Amino acid sequence: MSILTNPQLWASTLAMAVPLALPAIGGTFSERTGVVNIAMEGIMLMGAFFGVSFAYWTHSAWLGAIGGMLMGGLLSAVFAWAAIRLAADQVVLGMAINIFAAGLTTFLLDTVFGYGGTPPDTPQLPTWSIPGLSHIPFVGAFFTNQSVLVYIMLILVGLSHWFLFHTRLGLRMRAVGENPLAADTAGLNVWRLRYTGVIIGGLLSALGGVYLSLGILNSFDVNMTNGRGYIALAAMIFGKWTPLGSFGASLLFGFATALGIALQGNGISANLLGMLPYVLTILALAGLVGRSKPPAADGIPYTPQR
Amino acid sequence: MKSILRQLSTPVIAAVLAMLVGGIVAAAIGYNPLQVYGSLLSGAFGNAYNLGNTLAIATPLILIGLGIAVAFRAGLFNIGAEGQYWVAVMCAAWTGYHFTTLPGWLHIILCLLVAMVAGGLWAGIIPGLAKTYRGAHEVITTMMMSYIGILLCKYMIEEGPMRKPGSMPESEAVAQNTWLPVLSPSSPQLTIGLFIAIAAVIVVWFILFHTTIGFQLRTVGLNPRAARYAGIRVTWYTILALGLSGMLAGLAGGVQLLAMDHRLAEGFNTGYGYTGIVVSLLARNNPFGVIVSAIFFAALSTGGQNMQQVTNIPASLTDVLTGLIIFFVAAERLLPQVIQWYRRRTSRVRTSTAGEGPKSA
Repeated sequence: MSILTNPQLWASTLAMAVPLALPAIGGTFSERTGVVNIAMEGIMLMGAFFGVSFAYWTHSAWLGAIGGMLMGGLLSAVFAWAAIRLAADQVVLGMAINIFAAGLTTFLLDTVFGYGGTPPDTPQLPTWSIPGLSHIPFVGAFFTNQSVLVYIMLILVGLSHWFLFHTRLGLRMRAVGENPLAADTAGLNVWRLRYTGVIIGGLLSALGGVYLSLGILNSFDVNMTNGRGYIALAAMIFGKWTPLGSFGASLLFGFATALGIALQGNGISANLLGMLPYVLTILALAGLVGRSKPPAADGIPYTPQR
Repeated sequence: MKSILRQLSTPVIAAVLAMLVGGIVAAAIGYNPLQVYGSLLSGAFGNAYNLGNTLAIATPLILIGLGIAVAFRAGLFNIGAEGQYWVAVMCAAWTGYHFTTLPGWLHIILCLLVAMVAGGLWAGIIPGLAKTYRGAHEVITTMMMSYIGILLCKYMIEEGPMRKPGSMPESEAVAQNTWLPVLSPSSPQLTIGLFIAIAAVIVVWFILFHTTIGFQLRTVGLNPRAARYAGIRVTWYTILALGLSGMLAGLAGGVQLLAMDHRLAEGFNTGYGYTGIVVSLLARNNPFGVIVSAIFFAALSTGGQNMQQVTNIPASLTDVLTGLIIFFVAAERLLPQVIQWYRRRTSRVRTSTAGEGPKSA
């Protein structure tokens, strides 16, 4: 039980939740406007790779982070165009984006940086301690030496929730995902709102990838997302397509991962502990949330009425 | 005939477009595209050894792709074939190094049956039941079960009961009398497994298109609501389709085990389960198309290795090509749309230069 009261466990839970919460919220933005998005894995890889590349080329981790986000956003724009304008099957398309991004980042890693991997002198994003908060007992660990992206993520969670549920644009985006015909009749531009949702989602997912490559480390590795984009998908569904819910589910998965790592010293098999997040996901989907309902028009392409 | 041509056109156009883009990329970074593709082709089909290698890799891809196609036909997306394949290998390997007193042919059949049951249960039970009774999306449950299965296999050979004494994390080898016979000494990789895969294709094609079960399964895929009104038990077909899908992935694992690897080991992770998805997508879920599509992707894989050795261009280029192909398959409206835009533009240019003619209504 001493493990559970160790503040370090909870601090690492928060850190593990970042690369899940960001793409999960990204997926929420996309699916709320009616575009099924399983491409988070690939978009994260783009963010992770180009984050490191731009950080190395510009000697600035911050410019790297922005570059990584923009490249992820660019790929999601291509995804959006094919899904919205060409009415392509969104699940198949997402699969294509994931394979393409995994191939492209590996290919570029080998051709641009050579087989030795990304250069070791790539700058890394800073870690911060929040002066007042980090001294509070127990809770202080949350705010001590965390990557700056942890704090940015916390802000983005609140901001996304406010944006989707308390602004006019957020309401319009949700309307397009529920009933595009009605939204169109009311004079909304369905396509433009869907583009907005998918691309915001892409930027957030890419930031999740940047966290892996520039937040925790300062290097890119082949397939370093390691299925997080798919777990984020589960977190989004578990969170019932809301930013706060996605964050909560990500914390749960983060906890399962952090607990697995913390228990490793105790002679329990790392392989068996590694199953924890996945078992939890299935239990969550089958039991705790019951039938979670996607936005009504999720995955259905729309042809504007003229 | 016309419909067959139409079915063929999208995958072929997609492959050609992707190869074009890949060629442009190769040329842009200073390689000769003809040489790149030449080395790819010769690596895949150049001699008996390479051809045998390509067909050997195509064998599990045919079976896995076929399974995913069955699920697709029922409107289900099984993306967990990788784990189903692993779990099947684990169970078949265990069977293979026990029961060594059995005659070879019986032992082979037993191993393959165990593999099919294991894969089928891994896909059918939890994802199937969770889908029918709790509405849990199969994309997520099959994927999660896949991760769990892979970790279970690693546990078994790293620290679990299947670990062979010694420094390598691997299981005992299966009895030698279960090894599948090689077809020709000039291509040692290729075994009668290929014929098992082709036989499976024929069986699945027959079930899907010439039996009531197949008809009802496809009906569920096309319109579950209509199927329910017609009195078809949709829940049962969901479990059946996922189970069948897993059985085929399991058979792939069993065949692969008896043909090539002969034991469960760390390096077993080959990603066939993921490539299988792509195989069925390119084949548009047509059982016979799966054979062609599997050979195509197997050729990309074996050819890619050769390409890397000959031209020094990383083999991961073939993954980029794969992604592009699937993109173009999904975006099948791309070409008609572009043609439409082009026509509209040229007609607009014509009317504006002529300076007359009414605007189109």
